[in-house]
Amino acid sequence: MIQTIERIIGEHSFFHGMAEQHLKFIAGCANNARFPEGQLIFREGDEANHFYFVREGLIAIELMIPPRGFTTVQTVGEGEMLGWSWLLSPYRWHFTGRALEPTRALTFDGKCLRTKCEEDHDLGYEVLKRFTHIISERLDATRLQLLDLYGAHA
Amino acid sequence: MVPMLERPMAAGPATDAMLPMPYRIQRVWRDTKDTFTLDLKPADSGGGSSFAPGQFNMLYVFGVGEIPISISSDPSHFPAIRHTTRAVGTVSKAMGKLKRGEVIGVRGPFGSHWPIKEAAGRDVVIVAGGIGLAPLRSALYEIMSSRDQYGRVTLLYGARSPEDILFQRELELWRGKFDSDVQLTVDRAPSGWRGTVGVVTTLIGRARFDPAATLAMICGPEVMMRFTVMEIRKRGVAANEIYLSMERNMKCAVGFCGHCQYGPFFICKDGPVFRLDRIASIFGLAEI
Repeated sequence: MIQTIERIIGEHSFFHGMAEQHLKFIAGCANNARFPEGQLIFREGDEANHFYFVREGLIAIELMIPPRGFTTVQTVGEGEMLGWSWLLSPYRWHFTGRALEPTRALTFDGKCLRTKCEEDHDLGYEVLKRFTHIISERLDATRLQLLDLYGAHA
Repeated sequence: MVPMLERPMAAGPATDAMLPMPYRIQRVWRDTKDTFTLDLKPADSGGGSSFAPGQFNMLYVFGVGEIPISISSDPSHFPAIRHTTRAVGTVSKAMGKLKRGEVIGVRGPFGSHWPIKEAAGRDVVIVAGGIGLAPLRSALYEIMSSRDQYGRVTLLYGARSPEDILFQRELELWRGKFDSDVQLTVDRAPSGWRGTVGVVTTLIGRARFDPAATLAMICGPEVMMRFTVMEIRKRGVAANEIYLSMERNMKCAVGFCGHCQYGPFFICKDGPVFRLDRIASIFGLAEI
């Protein structure tokens, strides 16, 4: 099982160039998971101890807006990483994650990984670099979303 | 110095380019709350002028004014033509109030076109944002009608909200054929929306295509096209395989008045469809 997960993550651009021992460790923190349509994966305010690599399907990042209810602010799909709250104190989810369709993912134990990152700063730097890249991409996308590009007066 | 764009061989107006020809409105489609489509046919016995996907006509609302609008119809349905636009200005708002049977002036078609023939044998990635799907619809009709001539065909479409999604019937049809990848995303989703949320650029990383054998066609707001180009280039598609439809204020449509000057080009006659490497040095500049 570990070999299979190692192969899966080794093929993903997020992990490209990572040292073999780091890949091995990260693969050891991962498990395969399946989420049926509609399943809550994490909830806003809960402790954030995991992150996800979506292999297939679609996950909504939702925010509860009373009285509108849960509103999707973004979706994360095949080939994308989800979740960085496990990296940042106080390690709480800022949003809610829910499977919009049957979804297969790798679930990573972020608590275990961040403990290891504190001990091994080379690993910590590699992980932070890669998550910073994702955070930057999401920030760009969010800024574009805020522009209301397709509005009548855009 | 930017090299001059080669003028593609495309259909052009059969009569005096400055003379509007009368066309009768056959049907008005209310696509969204502010977007509409007019089905037009020549009002007299003349057959009109054939067009290539990506070209535009100047549409004249008599007594109000004239505006450029891309042709959004299936080229095989010629001489019937279809134009889709959004009611935002004086002319387009007046146009939106026209009814079946009324007559409108049409000059054209003008400008360059999408590289449909050049795309044969390759993967095709079409990225549209908002009303930008309209100028690409003709290209999609043509590609889908001879689907076996192309590799993977991918349409990535971003709209403001689910109720702003254009051409839902065609999108469902193309998606349902299972030989093409049609992905939609919206910037804002109401509660209960089960689809993708986020800007259209986020779909590019998920799409399956061979960057070394891909031709991309992009149309939408200029900011959206800039970020789309960045993502597509990041995937490895060469600049000379990326085509964009640019927009500026056009008046004469034949390169005389200079209203639509874009660096060394006139959008009306050298564009609106440009290959990225030809405009790379001016694309995204604030004062162009």
